[in-house]
Amino acid sequence: MAAIEQGSIRTKVRGFITDTFLIGNDKIKLGDSDSFMQLGIVDSTGVLELASFIESEFGLTILDNEMVPENLDSIENIAKYVSKKVG
Amino acid sequence: MKFDKDSLKIDAPRVTDELCREILHQVRGVLKKSGAVVGISGGIDSSVSAALCARALGPERVLGIMMPEKESAGESKTLAESLSKKFGFEAILENISGGLEGTGCYRRRDEAIRTVFPEYTPAEYKCKIVIPQNILEKDTFNFFNLTIDNEKGEVKSKRMPLQAYLQIVASSNLKQRLRMTTLYYHAEKRNWAVVGTGNKDEHEQGFFVKYGDGGADLKPIAHLFKIQVYQLAEYLGVPQEIIKRTPTTDTYSADVTQEEFFFGLDFYRMDMLWYAMEKNVPPEEAAAALDLTPEQVKKAYYNIDRKIKATEYLRMAPLEIKPAD
Repeated sequence: MAAIEQGSIRTKVRGFITDTFLIGNDKIKLGDSDSFMQLGIVDSTGVLELASFIESEFGLTILDNEMVPENLDSIENIAKYVSKKVG
Repeated sequence: MKFDKDSLKIDAPRVTDELCREILHQVRGVLKKSGAVVGISGGIDSSVSAALCARALGPERVLGIMMPEKESAGESKTLAESLSKKFGFEAILENISGGLEGTGCYRRRDEAIRTVFPEYTPAEYKCKIVIPQNILEKDTFNFFNLTIDNEKGEVKSKRMPLQAYLQIVASSNLKQRLRMTTLYYHAEKRNWAVVGTGNKDEHEQGFFVKYGDGGADLKPIAHLFKIQVYQLAEYLGVPQEIIKRTPTTDTYSADVTQEEFFFGLDFYRMDMLWYAMEKNVPPEEAAAALDLTPEQVKKAYYNIDRKIKATEYLRMAPLEIKPAD
């Protein structure tokens, strides 16, 4: 798969996070480097939703040992992880 | 405060007296019921709950109900029988397999498993879902893996795709919800109360099914750590074969401990770390008392806190809208 720009990844991930986890919640203003876990946005089911989205949207497989906050806990981290994985 | 290895030791006779007074007050005084129905599985929590109710209300006002289904461990029934004999309350058996067949529990669950492992059949494989990580060792998300194994010793494990996970959980939860329905049938028939048997670990970290085993009129041990429940069990004289048994979920066909299914840590360290977190014990001090590193303690604090927050919805009563004045 061709490399994807990190800016484009960030836009897609932000759209997914907003639609899936933040509808009806006006209190959270999500920055690119904000931790989903710290903000309480993503629970154990949410992690699976997020992983499914990333795998289908960007055509990759997330290995179990890649299911770590360093790769998935913020828009910024996901953008870096995805671009490295498909780049 | 001083935090050490004995911080969760309780004065079992005193705690038992307090619990019995409260159970009597809640069942008779608040709920206006004349007895208690307890689901007994042969596990430590339901055993202690039933023993407390028998002591508080009198064994003639307690009914223990064993509710095995075709995937339950065979020993659960024997253990539950020895418990009722020991504490003198009546115990009856309600096999819920037929009811579960009727709701499509097994069929719906197996259909979801086959989307992950097409070769799966319940005749050849047993299944379970587990949290694969030790929460002390890695700062990671809590997510579930599906594992199937067979008599040849083949074990296959995969992280579950979202839809499979949701369908497996939804269908497996039918077991706890049918058990709750069965308990209420027998309770209403006698005008008795249903006693929930979850401990603090289960109740606050969300290891229960909403309106399943979480559905009850009173929950007398929901504030007690699991290791405190063990202390009560010893004091009350719960049979040793129940005390020594490894806590399981009694939900999946393959053997799965509560530790590997949900908590990701043995109960002693889980409870001690949680207590330390609640009491704001600095990680360095907790680490020294538990032979851990401060980093491990911080990871555990973080993980426990996340689980409590993430499962808040399970403990919520139905939300109502207050009309504007």
